[in-house]
Amino acid sequence: MGKICGLNEMGIGEQAVVETLRAHGSMRRRLLDIGLVQGTNVECIGRSPLGDPAAYLIRGAVIAIREADCRDVLVRRDS
Amino acid sequence: MEITSLPPDFTVPVKNADKIIALAGNPNVGKSTIFNALTGLHQHTGNWPGKTVSTACGEFRSDNFSYALVDLPGTYSLLAHSQEEEVARNFICFGNSDTALVVCDATCLERSLNLALQVMEICPNTVICVNLLDEAKRRGISINLERLEENLKVPVVGTSAHDKKSLCALIDKLDELCAGKIHTNPQKLRYIQPIEQAVSIVEPGLRKQFGERVSTRFASLRLIDGDSSMITELGNFYGKNPLEISEIADRVERAKAVLAANGITADALKDKIVSNLIQNAEDAARAAIERTDEKKSSRADKILTHKFLAFPIMIASLMVIFWITIVGANYPSQWLSAGLSWVGNRLADFMALLRAPWWLSGILVDGAYRVLAWVVSVMLPPMAIFFPLFTLLEDLGYLPRVAYNLDKPFCKCKACGKQALTMCMVSTNL
Repeated sequence: MGKICGLNEMGIGEQAVVETLRAHGSMRRRLLDIGLVQGTNVECIGRSPLGDPAAYLIRGAVIAIREADCRDVLVRRDS
Repeated sequence: MEITSLPPDFTVPVKNADKIIALAGNPNVGKSTIFNALTGLHQHTGNWPGKTVSTACGEFRSDNFSYALVDLPGTYSLLAHSQEEEVARNFICFGNSDTALVVCDATCLERSLNLALQVMEICPNTVICVNLLDEAKRRGISINLERLEENLKVPVVGTSAHDKKSLCALIDKLDELCAGKIHTNPQKLRYIQPIEQAVSIVEPGLRKQFGERVSTRFASLRLIDGDSSMITELGNFYGKNPLEISEIADRVERAKAVLAANGITADALKDKIVSNLIQNAEDAARAAIERTDEKKSSRADKILTHKFLAFPIMIASLMVIFWITIVGANYPSQWLSAGLSWVGNRLADFMALLRAPWWLSGILVDGAYRVLAWVVSVMLPPMAIFFPLFTLLEDLGYLPRVAYNLDKPFCKCKACGKQALTMCMVSTNL
């Protein structure tokens, strides 16, 4: 079983599985809309040149999410 | 006569149209392209009453019917509570549309099917249009439309922006559905057992009181979920708040008890419903997609967002565009200026010929005309050069990468990356 960490802690090329969301309200709904439900596979594709936002492959789409919002998404890294 | 307004009770006054179609889909799937392709110039835009959400209605004819097409706002889901989602949900549930047409993105089928399945839950007469097939093919994704149609049990049509024949196929399918030649039996969304049990407690009560004017399955789920905006709308539609009827209120309480007994609290229920929807969409998409060769991140993207190359490339490309604009605009500006000035002199001569008083020729020629001529000759050429070049950048797909690269500094100024693009456009005025 891999370690649980925030989405922002993933390195480029790493894969993980979504464990839980700490966000609430409209941000939570937006994260659910883009497919970040429990059990979803996520892969970190790259980072912006200044480090933020980062690009993630989620259910077939590459989506950029800011670091502050990534902290609220807890994932389990593949060990 | 054209459709002119959408009264607050969500019906579309039908004057010339035989059938009304509700057009739904995620943002950026090419819904507007399909809408424009079908309706051409026979459309007009406005606002949904009481909301800041824009709407467009149009009409088109086939061999058999005349259709009114209502373009709903782009939404990812009918469950969240933004204004766009409420408007889309309300029109599909309570509006007088005969059919729903959901546009899906072939490159992102799973996400698109999330909305499609929700629409199918409410409106059995749904046609699914899988758009951007050419784009998907370019990325190595191919979709088995027949298998998708078998699984979902609703008509599925594939379209591409450049393929006029696919649009005809879409209209044919709509004709067949509206003429009753196809019977849809949409695949029911499968929820986990406790939720299904809860729904089966509430549904019969709703059906007995109100019939099936609105999908009872969908309405039951919203009552159990405590979706206040939907409950209000149901109250308006039925003429009575369903929860004020004791039998229905009892059933809803029993349903919630069943869920609680299975460890599903009110908050957890919302999450579970969303997860179930996504799971259904994933299963349906997975069965239909035949991926051949998909690169996760193209080489171009790696360069355009590279730590050291991204900013130089961005600055260089913007500089080239501005240089072409400024230098290129000089010549047309000079010609326009000379030409309009010549016309201005002729106007002044004409005024003298008429022996017009000095103040009249002053206001009309020296004032209004010369200022207009000056503004046109100075402003028009740069605009006419800059905007096509900028649009070219947009078509190449470079602009989202610019927003992505610049998001951090813009956030520090309490803006966001997208505003970098508006800044570029405004800077031509300087």
